[in-house]
Amino acid sequence: MTSERVIGDPQRNRASNQEPVLEVSARKRLGTFNLDVNFHAGAGFTILFGASGAGKTTVLDSIAGLTRPDGGKITVGGRALFDSNSKLDMPAWKRRIGYVLQDLALFPHLTATENVAFGLRELSAASRQQRSEAMLRAFRIEHLRDRRPAQISGGERQRVALARTLVTEPRALLLDEPLAALDRPTKALILDDLRQWNDTHRVPILYVTHSHEEVFALGEQVIVIAEGQIVAQGLPHEVMSVPRLETVAQLLGFENILPATVTSLHEERGTLTCRVGAGPVELETPMVRAEVGSGLCVGIRAGDLLLATEPPRGLSARNIIPGLVRKIERRDVIIAVLVDCSGTDFEVHLTLAAREALQLEPGKNVFVVVKTHSCHLMTAI
Amino acid sequence: MNWEAFWLTVRLAAIVSALLLAIGIPIAYWLTYSRWRWKFLVEAVVALPIVLPPTVLGLYVLMALGTRSPIGRYWDKLTGHPLAFTFEGLVIGSVLYSLPFAVQPFAASFSAVDDKLLRASASLGESTIGTFRRVVLPLSKAGLVTGFVLSFAHTLGEFGVVLMVGGNIPGVTRTISIDIYDQVQAGNYSAANQTALALLIISFLVLSVVYGVNHRAWMSTVGPSK
Repeated sequence: MTSERVIGDPQRNRASNQEPVLEVSARKRLGTFNLDVNFHAGAGFTILFGASGAGKTTVLDSIAGLTRPDGGKITVGGRALFDSNSKLDMPAWKRRIGYVLQDLALFPHLTATENVAFGLRELSAASRQQRSEAMLRAFRIEHLRDRRPAQISGGERQRVALARTLVTEPRALLLDEPLAALDRPTKALILDDLRQWNDTHRVPILYVTHSHEEVFALGEQVIVIAEGQIVAQGLPHEVMSVPRLETVAQLLGFENILPATVTSLHEERGTLTCRVGAGPVELETPMVRAEVGSGLCVGIRAGDLLLATEPPRGLSARNIIPGLVRKIERRDVIIAVLVDCSGTDFEVHLTLAAREALQLEPGKNVFVVVKTHSCHLMTAI
Repeated sequence: MNWEAFWLTVRLAAIVSALLLAIGIPIAYWLTYSRWRWKFLVEAVVALPIVLPPTVLGLYVLMALGTRSPIGRYWDKLTGHPLAFTFEGLVIGSVLYSLPFAVQPFAASFSAVDDKLLRASASLGESTIGTFRRVVLPLSKAGLVTGFVLSFAHTLGEFGVVLMVGGNIPGVTRTISIDIYDQVQAGNYSAANQTALALLIISFLVLSVVYGVNHRAWMSTVGPSK
């Protein structure tokens, strides 16, 4: 079993020890997959970060009572929800754990108001009405009152789902990529609403994501999970960009991780240029706080790279790098192409059809096209 | 047209389909959510009336209801008259005979409800039974209507079970289909034709209702099995 780690600002936890803490210790074997996690989450956001299949959802399901761990103990604010030693397994509906699933699961036969009021059946009709109405207003969806989920747009549906869960005043909140399908401005607005709610409620919020951006946007505690184990935790900038965390980058599916040196900053367009790898290749990447000459690390997913057999023109991508195909490998339905760009190697993933169309063979001259925002910068290794 | 037989049949079908709504929902619930390993045996038993000749089913029901069986004797003691060859006996036989026509559409519509909605309901503090009542049942409306109407229509047209269990007592157990048979036996073809046509039209109307209410629910019920 992994050693126990405390998540959440310890200062804050000490200052207000009334705030409930979520304590999770869970083991579960699913075929060859082995989950074994052990952590505390204080009031506020704790991000569960990891690739899909890492076990994040299993962790949430265990806390919510929707799946039963093989062993361990789960408590919220000192109250046990699950304890394999005392054979306690409280049914999901008695746990008072709010759980917003990625695909929301709004009740299609109920209006927005009825959805929001669903968890309030123990209240009188009047206070049920009042509570759900207030929640609809807080989430700025009061105009959707009488509409069914099918008649509500994506971002608004997300709000209904959040409102429906928050109105029950859960003792802990589990969010399984609730915003994954949204565009960035909508996402930011909803996150603001969520933060405001949390300022007054102060419960542990476990927020599952595999989006690098969201980790920084939420800016609180991060737990990194890989293959069912906790591999790192701390503040986003510690966990996400600390040198030893190249493993984190690999988890994210960055097949290309290249050392880089900043050569110039373009603050006016929010980018910087850096020289990457062993050769003279330069890339324009998004701006981060860095100085000219400082060392960084660039992660690029192989699937984000394009290959061209002729110099592409009229393209929005900023980086077009000539190179030579060195190796072509078939992995299931993906063609992995290794391109040598004057000493800097890029791995590019193509479809079988793309390989056919480009007639790629080792030794062929190609151009690697890299979008600025496909470059993810991390502190140097 | 024998109106006595007609109304008797409609009364029988209405009582049977109402009973099947009450009995079929718990059975379908159990069939949908139970993880018992021998569940398939129960499924097979429920489906038996579809393949069994009605006379076979009728024979066994008759034996079960007769005064030589414990059930028949108990009923006799309770009410003072035997169960076989009565309207009540006919109801019991018909309920068994039409059981799959109610249970299968019910179960199909229950299992079509997205599991995520059940999870969401549980995490919102609703118990399993509460979730069934507030989420599964309302979302299964089409399947419930289909099962109700199918069992109604199926009971309207039954012959073998009625003949075995009910016999042919005017006003008690003589249903439309028995009446038609009688008329044909008596060489009364035009009367038989009239009644048969009425049954045909009613059946068509009833089935049109099913199709009209929900085409998809119908398809998933009697269409190619999954």
